[in-house]
Amino acid sequence: MRRRKFIARGMLVLAAGATRASAASSPDKENGISRVLIARDPAYSKTGTVPDEKVAGEMIERLVREITGAGSVKQSWRKLLAGSRTVGLKPNCLAGRGVSSSPAFVNALCRQLLDSLPEVEKIYVWERSNSDLKKGGFEISTRGKIWCLGNDRAGYGRDLVVEGSIGSLVSSIVLDKCEALINLPVLKDHGIVGVSVGMKNYYGAVHNPNKYHLNRGDPYVADLNCIEKIRGRNVLTLCEAFTAQYEGGPPFKPQWSWPAGMILASTDPVALDRVGWKMIEQKRAEHGLPSLASVGREPTYILTAADSRHRLGCAELDEIQEKVLS
Amino acid sequence: MSCSRRDFFCQGACLAALALASGPHKAGAQTRRPGELIPPKEAQWWEQRPGKRIECTLCPKKCRVDDLERGYCGVRENRGGTYYTHVYGAACAAHVDPIEKKPFFHFLPGTKAFSIATAGCNMDCAFCQNWEISQVRPEQVDAYYMPPQEVAAIAKRSGSASVAYTYTEPVVFYEYMYDSAVAARESGVRSVMVSNGYIQEKPLRKLCGVLDAIKVDLKSFREKYYKEICAGELAPVLDALEIIRDEGVWLEIVYLMVPTLNDSAEEIEELCAWIVEKLGPDVPVHFTRFHPMYRLKHLPSTPVSLIERALKIARKHGLNYVYLGNVAGHESESTRCPSCGEIVVHRVGYTVIGKKITGSNTCSYCGNTIAGVWS
Repeated sequence: MRRRKFIARGMLVLAAGATRASAASSPDKENGISRVLIARDPAYSKTGTVPDEKVAGEMIERLVREITGAGSVKQSWRKLLAGSRTVGLKPNCLAGRGVSSSPAFVNALCRQLLDSLPEVEKIYVWERSNSDLKKGGFEISTRGKIWCLGNDRAGYGRDLVVEGSIGSLVSSIVLDKCEALINLPVLKDHGIVGVSVGMKNYYGAVHNPNKYHLNRGDPYVADLNCIEKIRGRNVLTLCEAFTAQYEGGPPFKPQWSWPAGMILASTDPVALDRVGWKMIEQKRAEHGLPSLASVGREPTYILTAADSRHRLGCAELDEIQEKVLS
Repeated sequence: MSCSRRDFFCQGACLAALALASGPHKAGAQTRRPGELIPPKEAQWWEQRPGKRIECTLCPKKCRVDDLERGYCGVRENRGGTYYTHVYGAACAAHVDPIEKKPFFHFLPGTKAFSIATAGCNMDCAFCQNWEISQVRPEQVDAYYMPPQEVAAIAKRSGSASVAYTYTEPVVFYEYMYDSAVAARESGVRSVMVSNGYIQEKPLRKLCGVLDAIKVDLKSFREKYYKEICAGELAPVLDALEIIRDEGVWLEIVYLMVPTLNDSAEEIEELCAWIVEKLGPDVPVHFTRFHPMYRLKHLPSTPVSLIERALKIARKHGLNYVYLGNVAGHESESTRCPSCGEIVVHRVGYTVIGKKITGSNTCSYCGNTIAGVWS
């Protein structure tokens, strides 16, 4: 039996009496510290290749244990998901294979969640469209415990959600189906807004993301992430950066990619984006490219997300604890 | 049974089009369901840039679009360095309306306009009444394949004097509109566009060659409003108005008055002064009442007294034809001769109940020329 089908069949029994999750608190936020953790795979050396699923699973495990301070991966997920029975995972598949979320990474995460939390009834791996998921190598499925589908199949809520500059129909998966969300972005630059990491990844949650690229996505990205169903349910960002890209995004441009071989994790969506931005700038400088600000693509939406109106997290590098796990 | 606006457009459009599409033309009305896309057609008005990027040259947004991405309008997509439109022939709304509904008050009054739209828009006005089709991607709405020849044929069969490209923003379905207008003209049917006027000069001038009338929604006379409420710009729209006048296409203007946002006397004064100076006193201006909508549901409807004040300001500046829109039964729905003051076109709502204009376009009472296209 293929591993993917094993997970898709979902053989765990549902637990009764599971309670609805609220946003999980984390030791990071409670102590006022924003942490971005980085796990590396030293064996990953070629851009665009699929990571090893087992290795990805081990990296995820180390990250969540470090984030929560829990003794085991089960305790870690229990702490993060706080009894949620339905979990939504939002990968980024726009660019197709190369610099998109990999099925190996997502499968590893799904397996870990199901193994750790018997009360989880359903995992939704969702994207903007079925075709985007297929481009990323995912198989569309609406059977078993793991559903994999696009918003064009799942639909959007009927009522407009208005939040600041945002006026959109929101994915019904986000609105109605999931008690918790885990954001699974990739790490790449973006030709209009500067960088596409975690917060930008939630553009896939609304029906009209094309309207939110003016002014480099500022304040649209920040406002969108303030939508209560996203803000209140997004418990973790796991950025798959096995292959990362510093120029030419969003499509995959191998000549401007590098085999970063890492996963970044944080419960602070702004901090993770800020660190991702820094990494991209560093790579650009190494390769003789000007800064994003110099080319008119400074991702100021990240700073806006941290301002007093949005308060989505911390954007000050001096106040973000960046830790590479050994 | 309640019917949302989206349902109305989808059901009404399909019923109307299918009812009209009889005989050999029935095959043209093939429905495309949400999630499907009509095969794209290469767009006009774009230029290649390095790295498979393109720059759109259709509207002032001048979107620079990476491979796999779409422009702001959501209906044009870069695929491998070539720009395509996803809405050529993809009508998501089709209906026969009175021409007064567009509104055109000085263009073939009392006639019907076969009105079509595709998904998409190059602005995002917070008060949009058609946001459910304008602020979506083509694959998010029902549509049916209605190529330009079919548009012309249906218009003719329905007894419409014109085809109206309307409801959403026809600039974004430029190619479809242009070809439909050519086909319509060949069939003896005229074409009118209902637009935000947010288009570059070259495509506009070319379009003027196939259109017979244009109604522009002038949202405000302030750049700030255009930016914050409409995600657009004022200056290019003013340029477009002058180009339309220059090209000799019949022009009417709608100014939607949104309370607290664009209703100040000062702004209306400046607006009217500019119209008289740049476009002339004979351009009809419709000051229209706002009703809570889309992202501005928290605002009240425009007090009628505010619009009446705007009418007074406009007449003071010498505008000859000013109207009050969205207030059914108001006396300012009718056209008066600017010379003798008699009603020359009597309207109630969208219905013309009397016309006193001679065959040579003059007032039946005093002989003064009444600006417009009357036959």
